[in-house]
Amino acid sequence: MDIQALHDVVHTSRDARRKHTLPKFSPAERDTLIKKYHPDHRESAYRPIVFGPNEGDLTVRELASLLEGESPIPADLPLEPDHAVDVLVVGGGGAGCAAALHAHAEGAKVLLATKLRLADSNSVMAQGGMQIAVAPNDSPVQHFLDTLKGGHMKNDHDLLKTMVEEGPSIAKWLLGLGVLFDRDADGNLHVKKGGGSTKERLLTCSDYTGLEIMRVLKDEVLNQKIQILEFAAAVELLSDEDGACTGAVLQDLDNKRFVVVAAKIVILATGGIGRLHIQGFPTSNHYGATGDGLALAYRIGAPLVQIDTFQYHPSGGVYPEQLVGQLVTEGIRSEGGHLVNVNGDRFVNELDTRDVVSSSIIRECEEGRGVRTATGRVGVWLDTPLLEVEHGEGTLDKHFPAMVRQYERYGVDIRKDPVLIYPTLHYQNGGVKIDVNSETPVKDLFVAGETSGGLHGRNRLMGNSLLDLMVFGKRSGLTAAARVKKATQGQLTLNHLQRFRAEAQKHGVTGQMTSPMVLPAYTRTQNA
Amino acid sequence: MTTDSFDKDKTLDQENALQPKMVTVEIDGKTHQVPAGITLMKALWYTGKEVIRGAGCLGGFCGACGTYYRTKDDPKVKTCLACSHAVEDGMSFSFAPAFPARKATYDLTQLKDPKQDLFELYPEAPLCRNCNACTEACPQNIDVREGVWKAVFGDFKAVSETFMDCVMCGMCAPVCIADIAPSLVAVYASRAYGVREMEKPPGLFDRIKAIEDGQYKEDWDRVLKMTDDELQQTSANI
Repeated sequence: MDIQALHDVVHTSRDARRKHTLPKFSPAERDTLIKKYHPDHRESAYRPIVFGPNEGDLTVRELASLLEGESPIPADLPLEPDHAVDVLVVGGGGAGCAAALHAHAEGAKVLLATKLRLADSNSVMAQGGMQIAVAPNDSPVQHFLDTLKGGHMKNDHDLLKTMVEEGPSIAKWLLGLGVLFDRDADGNLHVKKGGGSTKERLLTCSDYTGLEIMRVLKDEVLNQKIQILEFAAAVELLSDEDGACTGAVLQDLDNKRFVVVAAKIVILATGGIGRLHIQGFPTSNHYGATGDGLALAYRIGAPLVQIDTFQYHPSGGVYPEQLVGQLVTEGIRSEGGHLVNVNGDRFVNELDTRDVVSSSIIRECEEGRGVRTATGRVGVWLDTPLLEVEHGEGTLDKHFPAMVRQYERYGVDIRKDPVLIYPTLHYQNGGVKIDVNSETPVKDLFVAGETSGGLHGRNRLMGNSLLDLMVFGKRSGLTAAARVKKATQGQLTLNHLQRFRAEAQKHGVTGQMTSPMVLPAYTRTQNA
Repeated sequence: MTTDSFDKDKTLDQENALQPKMVTVEIDGKTHQVPAGITLMKALWYTGKEVIRGAGCLGGFCGACGTYYRTKDDPKVKTCLACSHAVEDGMSFSFAPAFPARKATYDLTQLKDPKQDLFELYPEAPLCRNCNACTEACPQNIDVREGVWKAVFGDFKAVSETFMDCVMCGMCAPVCIADIAPSLVAVYASRAYGVREMEKPPGLFDRIKAIEDGQYKEDWDRVLKMTDDELQQTSANI
């Protein structure tokens, strides 16, 4: 069967599908589906962590190895500071920029270090939008309950309440910086409904929400003349004799030299983990999403939470090859796009939570109702032309210009034909344990954004990540700025690293990978 | 991901994809054989290059991987994003180095008249000589030249719409004979439009006040007192 014939199945079944509403699964059906098909439940992919703060806890093998990995720092590294600042922010995405801007605004001397360029991040790719309860029929409490349900009731209540309540003030802050959220005719913020939400709550900038926010935040960081070190990866933290965090060692990626930064407070905003390719999945994540912050925090003694659960975004590209793993925006489903199997049938309510939708796609494919590509990949259709039928010609160009362009590059016209999708590794649900000010149990070490854990429970709701970044970036920055006014710089030692190495030895762990990974090893070496 | 139980008839045709055809490309002046259809970025990795600069989101949004390329026998040098452009036989390409364009710094809340202030911040902006090279250099197909003129004429709303697709790769700047960095001018104009011209959304400010006034306190008290079972019931029923 050729591609046109396969497309035709989608085209000819469209009218029948339009008349048919698909109910959501019952809680019991959801449970069964997830347990059977969600990658989080593949036992063979997991192992217990051998030593450290989370000794004995199960996580995916890739992450366990990273956490137990060997620091690149020699034990006798001279710790003469090359930089001395109040606040070191590691990471140049949404959380890092927000933290730096807020700390700087309160008078702290800030250094922002990133291993890529400022703003090259996952944040810049966020297309779906940002959940904030601004609609008259909505409330922060409703946002709380929706998120809790999406997270399988495992979310940290304090973190979650903090996030949903601060949402509206974050929207005000971003508008004040010139972020152009979509508006209704009456001037109010336009809101869309996201998967797993009961109310319209997604603030958007067409399908460039993350890009628009990051263009503005990057511009503002530069306007504020905040000190930036690019192509400088954090590879170890520093601690004083009481175990508090006192700075970090960076590595200049050009000359490989170590750069010692003395800081009264360190904020890790290094993002997620997709480039570890957990369970062999392709990923939607950026080049630097190698979980560096998790490894650094773990070595200095910060416990992690919910690191056995990851989000596989339902719609990663499958065809053409160049788009494998890349995200296809959830917005298509929000606006009524159907998921369709090879027979032209729908199989899930498209607005269910990401874990349910992903599990159902995996089920279709494993039971032989997927569409197979010649490169051996398999997926299901996302019926994009349906949006043109439902909402009028030009809808895709108007609401999804980025996606139209994404496929046009490879000669696929999503206005005319559906696209093939399959779940892609998207988000690390858990991370470093934090309190409502984004501080870890290790004093003066803060973690903001995807690197932190607890807020999203076992499944993050669409649109909650951008808000997470802004809220906890802000809170870490403000808390840090207030504290450094009265604090003095602590001693710079590698005591925690000595302890960590001793523990590895005690547990017989040797020959580990170097951790953090910094960048994925994609470069082909001889005969590979 | 793969399955074993699939219907050969339902296989989507992709010519020769299982045995990748090799194509010849020239990267930074050196000839290499790489599999057809991979992205320019993957071609770099394939040929053994370690990539530190010039790779970012790998999804076409961050603008880190602006690249110059030329296809076989065509004299025209074009631009693309290496993460989202496929190699073809006979293609030559090189990464665009970081270009030292000047970014003005400003405080948007303090500007007297953003439309006039543009000429102070970016005095080169009105010197556009209409050569259209910026528009031709844009891998996002933005009408960059038109956008620059809209900024000069003070139509900042139109600038924000024209440049919504802009990934700030900066490929428009090196080609400008008037030394304009259009993407930076656009960010200024777009932000100024947001800060100074857009009306404040009334509903948002009502909501902020309601939260500050403790209007949700009763709801919170009720919800936060619930046991896990009660919470589950409540959120299942909404």
